[in-house]
Amino acid sequence: MAFLEVTNLCKQFGGLKAVSDVSFQVEKGVIKAVIGPNGAGKTTLFNLISCSLTPSSGKVRFDGYDLKGKKPHQVAALGLGRTFQNIEMFAEMTALENVMVGRHIQSRSGFFASMFKMPWTLPEERNIREKSMELLDLLGVLDCADVEAGSLAFGQQRAVEFARALAMEPKLLLLDEPAAGLNIYETAEVGRLIAKISDLGITVLLVEHDMSLVMDISDEIVVLSFGQTIAEGLPSEIRNDPEVIKIYLGE
Amino acid sequence: MMKKLLAPLILVAFLVGIQLLCRWTDTLYYLTQMTMAGYYSLLVIGLCLVMGYAGQISLGHAGFFAIGGYLSAALTTRNLLPFQKTFLVKALSSAGLLISGQDIYGEKLLVVTPWAACIAAVLIAATIAFLIGIPVLKLKGHYLAMATLGFGIIIYRVVLASSYFGGADGISAVPSFKLLPGLTVNGSTSDRVQNYYIAWTLVLFGMFLLRNLINSRVGRALRAIHGSEKAAESIGVDIARYKLYSFVLSAVFAAVAGVFLTHYNGSIGPSEASVMKSIRYVAIVAVGGMSHIWGALFMSVILNFLSLRGVFGSYDDAVFGVILILIMLFAPNGILRIGLGAKLKSFFQPKGE
Amino acid sequence: MFCCGWPAWSSHAGLSADFFMTFELFIQYLFAGITYGSIYAIVAIGFNIIYNTTGIINFAQGEFVMLGGMISISLLSFMPLPLAIVLAVGITMVVGALIEIVFIRWLDTPSVLRMIIITIGISILIREAALFIWGENVRSLPYFVGNEITTVGILGARVSPQVLWVIGSCCVMVLVLNIFFRSTSVGREMRACSANRKAAILCGINTRNMVTLSFVLSAGIGALAGCMMSPITYTQYDNGTGLAIKGFTVAILGGLGNSGGAVAAGLLLGIIEAFSVSVVPLAFQDAIAITILLLILFIRPHGLFGSKEAAGLREF
Repeated sequence: MAFLEVTNLCKQFGGLKAVSDVSFQVEKGVIKAVIGPNGAGKTTLFNLISCSLTPSSGKVRFDGYDLKGKKPHQVAALGLGRTFQNIEMFAEMTALENVMVGRHIQSRSGFFASMFKMPWTLPEERNIREKSMELLDLLGVLDCADVEAGSLAFGQQRAVEFARALAMEPKLLLLDEPAAGLNIYETAEVGRLIAKISDLGITVLLVEHDMSLVMDISDEIVVLSFGQTIAEGLPSEIRNDPEVIKIYLGE
Repeated sequence: MMKKLLAPLILVAFLVGIQLLCRWTDTLYYLTQMTMAGYYSLLVIGLCLVMGYAGQISLGHAGFFAIGGYLSAALTTRNLLPFQKTFLVKALSSAGLLISGQDIYGEKLLVVTPWAACIAAVLIAATIAFLIGIPVLKLKGHYLAMATLGFGIIIYRVVLASSYFGGADGISAVPSFKLLPGLTVNGSTSDRVQNYYIAWTLVLFGMFLLRNLINSRVGRALRAIHGSEKAAESIGVDIARYKLYSFVLSAVFAAVAGVFLTHYNGSIGPSEASVMKSIRYVAIVAVGGMSHIWGALFMSVILNFLSLRGVFGSYDDAVFGVILILIMLFAPNGILRIGLGAKLKSFFQPKGE
Repeated sequence: MFCCGWPAWSSHAGLSADFFMTFELFIQYLFAGITYGSIYAIVAIGFNIIYNTTGIINFAQGEFVMLGGMISISLLSFMPLPLAIVLAVGITMVVGALIEIVFIRWLDTPSVLRMIIITIGISILIREAALFIWGENVRSLPYFVGNEITTVGILGARVSPQVLWVIGSCCVMVLVLNIFFRSTSVGREMRACSANRKAAILCGINTRNMVTLSFVLSAGIGALAGCMMSPITYTQYDNGTGLAIKGFTVAILGGLGNSGGAVAAGLLLGIIEAFSVSVVPLAFQDAIAITILLLILFIRPHGLFGSKEAAGLREF
């Protein structure tokens, strides 16, 4: 059984079929990319997988669990993390605090324990802080640690968002257009980062428009158009698939 | 370490200073308003947690204050003697929760002890907050505002219409609250100083708890919810539960404030549950800076004190209305956050340096 | 609050000891319900107009109704009734425009929370200003036809002609608004504005003026309703808040932004309230509207007639 299984997934908004009978699988440790023209339903697909949206029909299985009826935070607790197309920073918290929130499911202190500053919360706090600093360092933004996230440069915010997602120690990471708004050098950096993440054993599913990045790092590719799967396979196959070329370039 | 203690130390120094100043200038009556302002501030800092950190507007918090105050008042004044044969009363009596006494007419009286009443009132307020919170906190924006407003109005209507809660006259002759041997919450002038310190110790304790909470995993999760619910969910924060818990916590703060202030004043009236009071608390939190509990506390002391001294006259409500508008138009992040320091700096620095 | 304004003639009929209600009583309750219901509907439509154009809920909506009544009563000493009403409506419309221009127009990207608090503040200010100008006295316009015991026979029951004025004027307002939004170019521009603000701007529609116009319209219909109902319900400086809450309940019940739904929901609430007089103690009257509000918000926030998708709060 694959690590992530999407089976006959459908999502309908009124008369519009945003996602229509999509099926694919992601094996553990793989880097898989979802590509397709704008409006193909890629972000909707991600929202369905992370359970921010409920499917009209179809199934999603992750790590053996059926995700039906689960809430987004429960899916996160299972080890499925994600980033967002429009970076969703906690603007009024510092970069460090942003990453520290990422440690949420890896820590325990609740309301009572925190309020009364119970002794066992102190080592946990220290631990959270250290791990977060490490991650900021790994992504090269350690010097932004105490800067308010809302005032960081775009590239830096992306890095902090990555660090935050990594902080939850995900088993699978959904990356929604990680290279959006980045220049050539930054995009290459993202590519290296994704490779590094994969080396850590994290499975990656990404949505991306930048073809060079996709062709470069993906192990497999799924192509969507108008909510339907058009093709699936290795980058070399996809590159030469006439159907894929048609939907990108037209007749 | 020292930096963390700075703000509370300043507060303590300020409080002691006020008290001594009053004693030297023989104006101890100011302490009464300071005590009351203290209790109202307890509610305000709890509301600050919900509005500023969790980002949920509540236009009905006076309702929780009223629940606490009214329940403790009713339980400690309503005579249970006519019911002394019932099972419930006998059970309470054997648990030591009842106390005999005399009312102002010399009639025999059987009522609940203040401690038991306090705990019961706060627990009931927390339960109501929990039950109301579950559906209400699913709402957002205007819907949430209206729902909390509606809740506040219902509480107001209930206490206004019910004879058990004294109707339009409220409940008076509320007995004093013996906290510990030697420490009593009451309205007598000879215990003014003691009550002043009781109130402010409670506030400081509340600040201590909240400050711990804000700087913890939970506090960060709350601020994350305020920042971006989508992202908070994606890293595993159970949004519904955290909103609910912070709401209930703030209701507890409000209820405790209600209980203590009622015993201090010796009475409570329906105006404590009114919409205008709820709006006033929201105004104070907004002025002090939504996510700035020290700011909220500071503003609460000033504004409540002035209001209680009658400085605003019959335009009390209008003043808070104006404050609300001005703050929301010009300084939505609160007065202390408009970067006055930075603006002044750039004003005085010569250009081109 | 509002309960003391129930038409005098509705209590004349008295309540019989048994639960059975005579047809006459039924008709009287029905008319009372429709009367109040139409007013709630007008307030709700006022909410909807502003909400549709701007995404804001104007908490001060009820104050427009109060102002209409109050101003016309004051003007009555100087001019005949019809003129006083027309002028009062006009002045309230100007107040509505002023509110928009002074407080709302120049805000950049206000958050929902900020807007809620600002309109609450505005509502308080207007109320306090009314208190300052007119004091706490309860006043009213005189009955347009006859006086408070004049009645007209309808379906066997005796009903005050003022009721017909209220219902009639509300119907006229709804019709006129309908024609305005459907057939006039300005009305169509406002609808474009509400459907898609950015596209409207691109089409050259002056959206800022549309926003002001929406406030002016809401103020106008609120004020007119206030004048019409003043003889029956009396006017007092704090009438506004209670009305705003009921109007909001009706707006939500009918589906926020849906004015057809508002009419239906208004009538429904009015009638429920009217008939509840026989079962619920007077003091809890207002609690009915709030309970309905809470129930709707919890169970079906998009209202009886709204759609789930449309219930997402709009951008300003």
